[in-house]
Amino acid sequence: MKTNKILLDHGSGGKISHSLITDIMLPIFDNPILSQLNDGAIFDVEGKRLAFSTDTYVVDPIFFPGGNIGDLAINGTVNDIAMCGATPLYLSVGLVIEEGFSLDDLEEILKSMSIAAEKACVKVVTGDTKVVPTGVADKIFINTSGIGLIPESVDIASHKARPGDKIILSGSIGDHGITVLTQREGMTFDSSVISDSAPLNHMVNGMLCVCNEIHVLRDPTRGGVGTALNEIANKSNAGIRIYEEKIPVKDEVAGICELLGFDPLYIANEGKLLAFVDPDRAGDVLAAVKDDEFGKDACIIGEVISEHPRKVFMQTRIGGTRIVDMLTGEQLPRIC
Amino acid sequence: MTIKHIEEYRDPDTSRKIIDRIQNISKSKIRIMEVCGTHTMSIFRSGIRALLPNTISLLSGPGCPVCVTAQNEIDAFIELSRVDDVIIATFGDILRVPGTQSTLQKEKGYGGDIRVVYSTFDALDIARRNPGKRIVFLGVGFETTAPTIAASIISANEMGLDNFFVFSAHKLVPPALEALLETDNVRIDGFILPGHVSVIIGTKAYTPLFEKYKIPGAVAGFEPIDILQAVSLLIEQIESGHPRLENAYIRAVTFDGNKKAQKIMHDVFETVDINWRGMGTIPKSGLKIRKGYAAFDAQREFDILVPYSKDPKGCACGEILTGMKIPPECILYKKICTPMDPVGPCMVSSEGTCAAYYRYHS
Amino acid sequence: MCLAIPSKIVKIENNMGTIDVAGARRKVSLLLLEDAIVGDYVIVHAGFALHKIDESAANEALKILREAVSRVEGRD
Repeated sequence: MKTNKILLDHGSGGKISHSLITDIMLPIFDNPILSQLNDGAIFDVEGKRLAFSTDTYVVDPIFFPGGNIGDLAINGTVNDIAMCGATPLYLSVGLVIEEGFSLDDLEEILKSMSIAAEKACVKVVTGDTKVVPTGVADKIFINTSGIGLIPESVDIASHKARPGDKIILSGSIGDHGITVLTQREGMTFDSSVISDSAPLNHMVNGMLCVCNEIHVLRDPTRGGVGTALNEIANKSNAGIRIYEEKIPVKDEVAGICELLGFDPLYIANEGKLLAFVDPDRAGDVLAAVKDDEFGKDACIIGEVISEHPRKVFMQTRIGGTRIVDMLTGEQLPRIC
Repeated sequence: MTIKHIEEYRDPDTSRKIIDRIQNISKSKIRIMEVCGTHTMSIFRSGIRALLPNTISLLSGPGCPVCVTAQNEIDAFIELSRVDDVIIATFGDILRVPGTQSTLQKEKGYGGDIRVVYSTFDALDIARRNPGKRIVFLGVGFETTAPTIAASIISANEMGLDNFFVFSAHKLVPPALEALLETDNVRIDGFILPGHVSVIIGTKAYTPLFEKYKIPGAVAGFEPIDILQAVSLLIEQIESGHPRLENAYIRAVTFDGNKKAQKIMHDVFETVDINWRGMGTIPKSGLKIRKGYAAFDAQREFDILVPYSKDPKGCACGEILTGMKIPPECILYKKICTPMDPVGPCMVSSEGTCAAYYRYHS
Repeated sequence: MCLAIPSKIVKIENNMGTIDVAGARRKVSLLLLEDAIVGDYVIVHAGFALHKIDESAANEALKILREAVSRVEGRD
């Protein structure tokens, strides 16, 4: 059943978001850089290769365990740039604030943005603020854009996964999505799960120091690991096999997912990355990830295979096999 | 994961041993039907089908409440969501189910106040906080869900809430099993009986059915080992020619079930004949709010008249729910009907057979 | 249908219990249970505890199952 209005599903990061981008947006803005649809755009300027990315944050609630909309907005764009293999340098910040928003809250958000920027070693160099009447926006929306420099020898893109590549995941999945979800009306749980929102550029830097032949990097945000792997399988025209028992999920996250009928593979992460690496170098790269403060629980979760192009398979714990499809729309709690 | 009473039932070694046993004892071709959407999901998610010998066919029956909700009921939900002072409170499952013209999710996009809740008690909270609005909870589910909704109606009565209503579209499992066995061309050699429905109704609820049809049955839990064990028990029964009604979910299911929940359900609801999608009207298979609680009955409060609506053309959900077809045999499957743009309910619900096939089956 | 997972009761107040699932906690109604005490494992569905797990029956059933499958392996 087609719709002529935008629904929340269009923003879920799953298949329905994809069709909005490819069917409506891409034809309008079509150009060779955009059509690569990487986390950030990659292009040359005067002999230097740059990565440029933008992202808008509308998270509800704006304060959540482990962070707030401000540091999330900094980390998110830093990570999108880092996933191009670039060193993030400069960021812009655009604020849309609802009339009546607390000045104290704004200050707290801005301070955490500053701390996050410092931690990621990037500078916020330009910005813009707009205030809209009550009800026109929900509290505060933040856009961040940023640019970074790509080292000469680095060539990372989501179509470069090759059969044999090992897939490294930098830690447990679903922490951010579950944290935010369990703060909402009707879904509240008390738990010690906190958002994993974190900058990953130092981790990427460490990885590139031991091996500059990383093929693909991806931060599995909206749509989760399941959707990110599908995108990579599609663009690389390769098959992917992962192992259920290898994928780290915190007990609490697993428990809440069981209660609500969610699959952690589709829950958002804000401080995790997936790396596709030549099998001979996977051990070294994994060690580099584990050396980073946000990569302690990193592990190899699977590999790229030549069979079944564009499909993601998971070997289940009991030895069965199933397909991991891309998320369709928003995951809804499954109860009855 | 280390959740007690779950971890033990996902153990690869025990699973492998049960699969070995199944391989050893399975001789003839048999068709086993699971009658619970959570079983369907669990079977696909753990990849059980691929581990079973090709003598065993697993069919998914009418076990997903969203899938068997009749289209005119969905249309009624949508109509209700358009009433000015109404807030719809619902479990998430039903949001994407297509009615004749629209879905609740679209109505939400068009400005309808539709809220997804985890429990009926969350809906009572919404009612308390919005005294100027009428809150309608969409009662979709089987015997597992019905007592929780009955309890919320009793609570609403005790609290004196006059703005909380339930649209009861509940359905009962045993009458549907009987209807299946009475349907021509349906061949089922054994049932994997639902786990949490049975927590409430107990294994005794299936005794009349078993006595009448001598159909092999095993109540199962939802972990891979639970399901494998039930399959193994059913094969033993069928191969030996000694049908039994077995309980393979002892930690949760008793003979009598949960009597308190049964009483609460009985106090609030009475049985009615109700229309199941794809199966037609099944006698005494639905639940209607009794006169004593009529003040909470959305069908009485709102004058929603929705004509009987036909199931979508070409959609084989009815035949799929009764095990006569598998999803790839439907002409719409994967072509017109996908999880992104579902035609029939079996594709919408994540527990629906078609959605599970689409997502997890190569 | 009918998602429900075993959760431990850690607190009871009036007819509401607090359950713990691997560290995540939530209040659930105990209206549908006859008797429940702190420490019981219950099956929770849509915010209601539906059943108190009989631990000894659960352990016994698991033991029997494991013995049964081990015997099969021994015979092969």
